[in-house]
Amino acid sequence: MTLVGVLALQGSFNEHIAVLRRLGVKGVEIRKPEQLQNVTSLIIPGGESTTMAKLAEYHNLFPSLREFVKMGRPVWGTCAGLIFLADKATGQKTGGQQLVGGLDCTVHRNFFGSQIQSFEAEVLAPEVASKEGGPETFRGVFIRAPAILEAGPEVQVLADYPVPSNISTSPYSSGEEQKENVEQSKVIVAVRQGNILATAFHPELTADTRWHSYFLKMANEIAETSNSQLQLQVNINYSQKQLNELPIFQ
Amino acid sequence: MEGSGVVTVYGNGAITETKKSPFSVKVGLAQMLRGGVIMDVVNADQARVAEEAGACAVMALERVPADIRAQGGVARMSDPQLIKEIKQAVTIPVMAKARIGHFVEAQILEAIGIDYVDESEVLTLADEDNHINKHNFRIPFVCGCRNLGEALRRIREGAAMIRTKGEAGTGNIVEAVRHVRSVMGDIRVLRNMDDDEVFTFSKKIAAPYDLVMQTKQLGRLPVVHFAAGGVATPADAALMMQLGCDGVFVGSGVFKSGDPAKRARAIVQAVTHYSDPEVLAEVSCGLGEAMVGINLNDDKVERFANRSE
Repeated sequence: MTLVGVLALQGSFNEHIAVLRRLGVKGVEIRKPEQLQNVTSLIIPGGESTTMAKLAEYHNLFPSLREFVKMGRPVWGTCAGLIFLADKATGQKTGGQQLVGGLDCTVHRNFFGSQIQSFEAEVLAPEVASKEGGPETFRGVFIRAPAILEAGPEVQVLADYPVPSNISTSPYSSGEEQKENVEQSKVIVAVRQGNILATAFHPELTADTRWHSYFLKMANEIAETSNSQLQLQVNINYSQKQLNELPIFQ
Repeated sequence: MEGSGVVTVYGNGAITETKKSPFSVKVGLAQMLRGGVIMDVVNADQARVAEEAGACAVMALERVPADIRAQGGVARMSDPQLIKEIKQAVTIPVMAKARIGHFVEAQILEAIGIDYVDESEVLTLADEDNHINKHNFRIPFVCGCRNLGEALRRIREGAAMIRTKGEAGTGNIVEAVRHVRSVMGDIRVLRNMDDDEVFTFSKKIAAPYDLVMQTKQLGRLPVVHFAAGGVATPADAALMMQLGCDGVFVGSGVFKSGDPAKRARAIVQAVTHYSDPEVLAEVSCGLGEAMVGINLNDDKVERFANRSE
């Protein structure tokens, strides 16, 4: 039985747990550092990255999160989670925010602008589609989404997206980055580097479970090679209330 | 669609899916706010304090509800200049209030590019009968409710997020509890109801049948549901979460208290760890003075919640 941790400080953690449940996998809410020891992989959900960083700081989660990533345990970040995992982020609040790091790339927070500029689009991800089957494209929900501006050589690009023309009106981008963005025709929205998966959009808000199953397979591969520690976690007390989930809009 | 002679059913393009921002994307941002605290702020400094404390969004206002209550007069949309300043000061989403039925105020708020509009009973009514047709906007809306019927009526009008009305600016949680209990209680009744009885139930609560049926199937409101109105302490916030809300609005509770930064931080932590009494005890310690509460048994206190149906 695989146990997947979902960082439950704020944001769409219930949605992730609901998708995992649909795949027959238990998701465990992680709110404190010691809870990380019970899980072998971790999902960092979407939400407000500033808020999540603050809450992680209050409870001193950053050292254990960094440790978790360093140990090579599988981690997946969506949206705010992507920002968490990036080595460098731009467009942050004054004073910046702490990051977990581990993913060799530069992320622009709120690259796509504010809520009005949020959108849905078909995203082409051949690598994931070939492994998981189904249609070539994925329904990507971009909500005040970040984007990856630069990725290191180790990073495998899973999906990119043409930059929409309305980016120039984004009140979040600062002047210097603005010029860069206009010249780029595509930005990276999904990557994998070793055991780290990151997406700028929200697969947890759609009925498509392929990204989750891709992540679970990734986690299983790693578990097999490292002589399966999974068996240890049989008797974990799972006393979470069954939560009712929001509808998924088709 | 008009004049084409075609009967349009709900959800078939005309009503729920409009312009570039489909309803699902609007609901999406609200989903990102889950488990978070949204704080009322009146200037950029307060907005920074709220962001620093870990608020997941701020509500930009000229006066917090407690002051609106104290000063009286007509309460309107805030000066767009102030909202812009607040928006520039922080990176978290910014909301602003428009009067009920005042769709031009909502258009102005959409034009200045804020993230969410609160069609709020805290401001003076602009239209006593009609709410804003929120499907006409690309920007998402949050609306107040006292019971299930009211919540579903607002969702049919296009609200992408619901909050209980409570009684804003009183620091008294009693009304918020009443409203959350009413919504959750009705949903529990609905869940155990025979499908045949749902038609009459819809009529009784004056809500659209399809949304009532969807609520029955989901076992919850089909959009994110926050609590608001009277939250003043970390314990109040955790109470709302334990009653089943997805997050909390704190209006006057933070910046009308003795130590706003500390209280804001405590409420944020209380919402995350709402079911962990040890953490709640820890964060509730030494917060200084809470806002002055108003006893709602006094007849002179105006009930904002009853302003709209």
